[in-house]
Amino acid sequence: MPADFVFTDEHDELRQTVRAFLAKRSDEKAVRATMVGERGYDPEVWKQLAEELGLVGLIIPEEHGGAGYGPVELLIAMEEMGRALLCAPYLGTSVFAAQALLTCADAVTQKELLPKIASGAAIVSVAFAEPNGRWDVAGIGLRASGTGANVTLDGEKTLVLDGLCADVLLVVARGDAGLELLRVDASAPGLSRSAIPPLDLTRKLARVRFAGTPATRISSGDQTSSFERVLAFVCAALAAEQVGGAQKCLEMATDYAKSRLQFGRPIGSYQAIKHKCAEMLVAVEMAKSAATNALFIAAANEPDFVEAAALAKAYCSEAYYHAAADNIQIHGGMGFTWEAAPHLYFKRAKSSELLFGDAAHHREELAKHVGL
Amino acid sequence: MPEAELRGRVQKLLAEAHPERTDSITFRRKQFEHGLAWVHFPEGHGGLGISPKQQLTVLDEIQKHSKVVHHDPPVSTIGIGMGAPTVLTYASEAQKKYHLPRIFSGEDIWCQMFSEPSAGSDVAGLSSRAVRDGDDWVVNGQKVWTSVAHLSSWGMLVVRTNPDVPKHDGLSYFIVDMKSPGVTIRPLYQITAEAEFNEVFFDNVRIPHANMLGKEGQGWRVAITTLMNERVAIGGGGPKKKGAGGIAQVVQLWQKRKPGALSPAQEVIMRDRVTRAWMENELLRVTNQRARAAQKSGNPGPEGSVGKLAQAEINKRLWELAIDVLGSDGLAFEAGYELRQSGFEGRTAEALAKYQFLRSRANSIEGGTSEIMKNILGERVLGLPGDPRVDKDVPWKDVPRS
Repeated sequence: MPADFVFTDEHDELRQTVRAFLAKRSDEKAVRATMVGERGYDPEVWKQLAEELGLVGLIIPEEHGGAGYGPVELLIAMEEMGRALLCAPYLGTSVFAAQALLTCADAVTQKELLPKIASGAAIVSVAFAEPNGRWDVAGIGLRASGTGANVTLDGEKTLVLDGLCADVLLVVARGDAGLELLRVDASAPGLSRSAIPPLDLTRKLARVRFAGTPATRISSGDQTSSFERVLAFVCAALAAEQVGGAQKCLEMATDYAKSRLQFGRPIGSYQAIKHKCAEMLVAVEMAKSAATNALFIAAANEPDFVEAAALAKAYCSEAYYHAAADNIQIHGGMGFTWEAAPHLYFKRAKSSELLFGDAAHHREELAKHVGL
Repeated sequence: MPEAELRGRVQKLLAEAHPERTDSITFRRKQFEHGLAWVHFPEGHGGLGISPKQQLTVLDEIQKHSKVVHHDPPVSTIGIGMGAPTVLTYASEAQKKYHLPRIFSGEDIWCQMFSEPSAGSDVAGLSSRAVRDGDDWVVNGQKVWTSVAHLSSWGMLVVRTNPDVPKHDGLSYFIVDMKSPGVTIRPLYQITAEAEFNEVFFDNVRIPHANMLGKEGQGWRVAITTLMNERVAIGGGGPKKKGAGGIAQVVQLWQKRKPGALSPAQEVIMRDRVTRAWMENELLRVTNQRARAAQKSGNPGPEGSVGKLAQAEINKRLWELAIDVLGSDGLAFEAGYELRQSGFEGRTAEALAKYQFLRSRANSIEGGTSEIMKNILGERVLGLPGDPRVDKDVPWKDVPRS
């Protein structure tokens, strides 16, 4: 059954609710205030997102205290968050960690951690990438030493989303079974964390070092293919966030082009600007197709999900980056200033492009799947 | 209409005439009489007055019972897609009764004559003239880019009937018998050396006043009906299945490339281009699918409008890639450049790639250039202000032109 791309009235309602909330709690002023803080998010907003809107546990099943929604609702939420440039540990905790737990972790850990995520009580981060800069499972080199449930870790993970404020780390490492998921609590001895000064202030990253750090195995058997699907899921969600950001850039550019006068007429009446806006529109619509396709396929449990996710991440990465760059160009000198918003989106766009692998990496993945 | 009832009607049609046992024209005549030609048209005019989406049910039911399906005859696309809706909206009852069944059956081929040598994107600036003479109008001028004119019985024609008013107000729309004295049709050979199109010359051609669609001076409004249907026809195309259509041909060329023809670096670059092309074609398909879904749910968004522009640009890139994949083999053009009037059948994948490489240049020109489409997207979808129009309120005769 191919994806039908039909949004229900409930979906439209969800979008309106999220948009209205973010308009109040994640406007430009709030984004600017939050992004300069060390934590990188507003705990009160996070609490409201969890308790009032049920968004923090959106994809967590009801039995674990979540809203029990699926990929299509996630698509909508991520688009709106990307649009509003929300500063929150959503991608890292509500998507990456929740999906990793749901896919790879044992029942005991799921039962303990998923309700804590859903309620907003705990920030859980996944420590995946390593200093080699790779975003595929084959690039994982960190070793888990020891047998049984308890192991020790020595080494480094980097680019950990919200790693500095995480209460629990889920660490992807190599053990006897192959790729494994391990749990490290924030208070574990031999664990040190440091902030990475980010290109994009709205998304916090950390470096994590392990020195004889005790960890607990929470998966059984080799998780390589499961974790590949987790990565694909995060990429599809991030693609949806990129669509929201790109859409916002298009709207900002268009609004500005309507009101800014030069040589006695709105700059949007000049074809050089009008055509740039039209090209942005085409790219944004194609990006929307890519992300929508991926998450509807995820919802339908189709076998070509990993392929669709790679396509979405590849296309949306470039579309968002170009939209954000053109937005600056259309704003002219104003677009280059700290006080105007375009640079906030430009930085988010570039960092989202590189996060979880750039467009070329995902085209390579896609090519492998399609057999090119 | 309940689906079962509609399927029942198709079965009644098949009992009377079956595509496996009748020729295309006879079958399509019957299909028209049963109201199954264009189900959204009114009863008596080939339809049942129901939703156009239900046309798919008709096709499905025919396919279920027959291996032969009389799809739209290829040369009748313009009459069926653009002529019929225009006739339905603007022609007299008698004209509808005469033309609609003949258009649908393929008995009559139609062509569209809007463009002129000096009025391409600015169709409303055209200069072919019609002057009233008794019950007739007398037409002089030249049209260009007229597909299938040489096969057509009827043509849709826009000409100037009043040069003293601004350009959009002085046009009238006619249907013209292409066998009328004074009509001369010349093939227009293209970049491929083939002539898909024609030039049509009008030398004191007489058209009865009754053949005017809409009122005198309202030709632009009628023409818009035709043009809207043209863009639907062009933009709504594209692959229906993942990886199908032109991209499948290019992927095949890529997979059959000669080993060692590319250096390792070229190999990587070319593979990335093939992957990009695959992505773009897939997203075109999904975007069309999203547009249909949005239309169904009654919230049509911009996804429908981007189709024509995106498809033109993506298709050009696709066939540029194809010839690059062929590499040195792209230097040869085995089909040759002997001027000929119709496309040659049964192209190999390589020959198709070379033909399409040349032919696809027209994609961003025909049916509205990409530049015009960007203006439309910018102004109608994004709400950007229009270009200053120097000719807007000026009588046509006073507008400078080359």
